[in-house]
Amino acid sequence: MIAAHGLSKWFARTPVLADVTLEVGAGQCVVLLGPNGAGKTTLLRIVATLARPSRGSLTVCGLDALKEPQAVRPMVGVVAHGSYVYEELTALENLRFWTVMADADASRARLLGALQRVELEMVATERVRTFSAGMKRRLALARVLLGRAKLLLLDEPFTGLDQRGRKWLSEFVLAFKAAGGTALVATHSFASGLAIADRVVILHDGRIVADRSADELSSDTLRRLYDGLTEAEGSTG
Amino acid sequence: MTAYARRTWIVLWKDLLTERRSKESLNALLFFALLLLFLFEFALGPDRERLRAALPGLLWLGFVLSGLLGLGRSFIVERDNDCWDGLRLTPGDKSAIYLGKLLGNCAMMLAVEAVLLGLFGVFYDLALGPVLAPLVAVLVPGTLGLAAVATLFAAMTAHLRARELLFPVLLLPAQVPLLLAAVSATQAALLGQPLSEVSHWMKLLIGADVVYVVIGLLTFEFVLDA
Repeated sequence: MIAAHGLSKWFARTPVLADVTLEVGAGQCVVLLGPNGAGKTTLLRIVATLARPSRGSLTVCGLDALKEPQAVRPMVGVVAHGSYVYEELTALENLRFWTVMADADASRARLLGALQRVELEMVATERVRTFSAGMKRRLALARVLLGRAKLLLLDEPFTGLDQRGRKWLSEFVLAFKAAGGTALVATHSFASGLAIADRVVILHDGRIVADRSADELSSDTLRRLYDGLTEAEGSTG
Repeated sequence: MTAYARRTWIVLWKDLLTERRSKESLNALLFFALLLLFLFEFALGPDRERLRAALPGLLWLGFVLSGLLGLGRSFIVERDNDCWDGLRLTPGDKSAIYLGKLLGNCAMMLAVEAVLLGLFGVFYDLALGPVLAPLVAVLVPGTLGLAAVATLFAAMTAHLRARELLFPVLLLPAQVPLLLAAVSATQAALLGQPLSEVSHWMKLLIGADVVYVVIGLLTFEFVLDA
């Protein structure tokens, strides 16, 4: 689903990603961990075709994402910090807008069905500016459900969510994966990340410093591995 | 309806609905227009003849200044919650977004112009009824040209820290041919002359519209992705 080889990215003269090689198979969920500034968001933005790498190659859903970003975009669902919602529109109006923009069926029944799946049907006609961060994230996920996304890219999805919200989101990602979807999730939350991950990748200073199967890791071993790698790298770097 | 037309319509619908609910731009613009009228009144004094001679220029000065305030903000709403990225990720021809934004901006500007024109009529004792049709024939293409360039430059400067400075610096020089034509044609319309007498200005006005709109449609995708 994703094949990234030698991805590097510089902002001005500052390297943000350095020679990142990552392969994610269909139906897998890979969780990206790393301290702030490690390059997680940049990697997600490159995979989403929202940013171009300075060097390297990237294939998403079998397409060259650097040469054909337009063809890749309909197959990618992105839920980032901003959630892509308009505060003055209602939940239903937001979904209607993005569904028409995606040239998909924007019938009221379908939109309400998506809101039901993310448990927002009771606030369908309320303006988004009254929503909490968790509700906005659910609305963003409803938008993804209405599209044709095969690849879900989530940037810090657990931030600002309570326990129930985290559990709900984990179940959502697992259901997406069970339906054949692929997910790449950047997070700081070890436990929540581990609950949905098939693989855990640790980024530090723009480099992949660990790539492990989630089966090998418990929350404690992941914490020790993370601390060891990021502190050791940090002290030498 | 084609997918392109549906996208254009939904962008227009979203912008008008957002503006109707927030009233952020419209309220500020109407207040600003009123303020301008008072300033012109004080600056030019009670001489009605002098005022009427300057009226076409004053009208367009009011429209342009209102446009600088209102149109420059038209892409700010897309920066909130990263909607800009969402628009980039949508499939299809991105010029539909530009067209929807342009139509929304035209609608907002025409609403402000209608109020401003009405206030000019009241403040300066002008009988606008007989000249309304030719005036509208000038204002509509003039507004389209103004909004076409402003929409494109608003998108170009939306992510810049100095956008309040750069937006007018970019916009005003590009509007010179359009403003020359619009002011001259407005003068003829206000004097009750047939527009055929100023057909050269009208041709320039419409020609500028075509050029500006086509440039906007062709370049918007690059601006969005930049």
